[in-house]
Amino acid sequence: MNAPGQYSKPAVIVHWMIAILVLVALPLGYYMTDLSLSPRKLQLISWHKWIGFTVLLLFIPRLIVRLTRPVPAPVDTMPGWQRAVASITHVVLYALIIGVPLSGWMMSSAKGFPVVYLGLVPLPDLVGKDEALGDLLKSAHELLTSGLLILVGLHIAAALKHHIIDRDETLVRMVPLLKR
Amino acid sequence: MNSKRLLAAALVSLILPLAGAGAYAAQPAGSFDQVLPAKNRIDFVFKQMNVPVKGHFKKANVNLVFDPAAPAKTTVRLDLDLGSIDAGSADANSEVVGKPWFDLKTFPTATFVSSSVKPLGGDRYEMTGKLTIKGKTRDVTTPVTVTQNGNTAAFDGGFTLNRLEFAIGDGTWSDTSIVADEVKVSFHVEAERRAAK
Ligand code: HEM
Ligand code: HEM
Repeated sequence: MNAPGQYSKPAVIVHWMIAILVLVALPLGYYMTDLSLSPRKLQLISWHKWIGFTVLLLFIPRLIVRLTRPVPAPVDTMPGWQRAVASITHVVLYALIIGVPLSGWMMSSAKGFPVVYLGLVPLPDLVGKDEALGDLLKSAHELLTSGLLILVGLHIAAALKHHIIDRDETLVRMVPLLKR
Repeated sequence: MNSKRLLAAALVSLILPLAGAGAYAAQPAGSFDQVLPAKNRIDFVFKQMNVPVKGHFKKANVNLVFDPAAPAKTTVRLDLDLGSIDAGSADANSEVVGKPWFDLKTFPTATFVSSSVKPLGGDRYEMTGKLTIKGKTRDVTTPVTVTQNGNTAAFDGGFTLNRLEFAIGDGTWSDTSIVADEVKVSFHVEAERRAAK
């Protein structure tokens, strides 16, 4: 496969759809858990689940795009250690894009709350109701979420560093609108 | 107390239970009225953002007299310990105790008292009665299926109640787009035949 200079259009679209949803789900998750039980909280939790499940759904086209479209090689000026860190980060981000919503969905099932996507489509329960398992999965969701938060932070910081300090093409390849 | 009176008292206390047994025998032979409390189940399902959430009550005191030969004479009384609720999660359990929901301090129990039972054919019946929750009384009607198995009978049924008619989930919680008004209640009670014992 010849490495192109750009991400393919579908790759860019699906990156940003997932990125936006994750960047909404994260703060929403932290905000809603701090609220005391109220109709508003129930509503926000439902929205959170729907957004999260959408991320899981979008992973499928994303994987297809990743496997079928060539990905640009890192910019030439990038040192080897940065390439290594970047590719590890990307692999872990992919893993978390599945792991975080999946743990959320499993937690919901274990706690006895089926997920009804958009309030319309009942999703199957991944595990039976089990209080102890529910608490465990809740910790898993929180742990994976913290990992996601840290990696996304690094990822964004790195993208901005490439753009502002290194002044290379890294960010532009993912944000074609920025093309100078 | 002299010894004669003691003897008389002893005799009376011996004979009284026998007289009681005689009274039992005089009852209609086939009444089921010995409720097996451990078998009682009161379950409910409500919808929260369209998500069905299951709950149940752990303590229900049921008194019933059911004679298959005279079903119209059936009487049922339920005293439900609302504090024994499991509303699906720890969060919900501590929430429903409060004023907007069951207001447990003022209304610790809910009651149901049957007013009529009519046979629908086979082992199916229709029971109507007064349900009182949170100081509000409403008529409810529920189908009941009776499954007799030797000297035990199981009573199963279910109906839908509208929580807002009982002011369950007042104030901000009355928004039915979050928690639906309809609550599906189902029950299972077992009783043994008294005469058989
Ligand atoms: C991209 C997807 C997702 C992200 C980024 C995300 C993020 C978060 C965050 C940050 C929290 C707060 C954790 C804490 O308090 O430390 C949270 C809580 C929660 N998440 Fe997610 N989540 C996602 C997907 C899902 C999905 C798909 C579900 C369920 C179907 C779900 C269900 C929950 C629930 C129920 C809580 C609250 C736990 C509680 O306090 O009891 N999440 N999520
Ligand atoms: C403002 C937020 C974000 C910016 C500016 C951004 C920027 C970028 C850029 C510039 C790349 C290309 C890297 C390269 O060419 O080597 C990229 C790739 C990637 N981004 Fe983001 N991103 C953001 C948010 C996110 C979020 C929230 C996630 C995941 C939850 C994410 C996951 C990924 C992944 C997995 C790749 C690797 C794509 C591949 O090569 O297969 N990004 N991002």
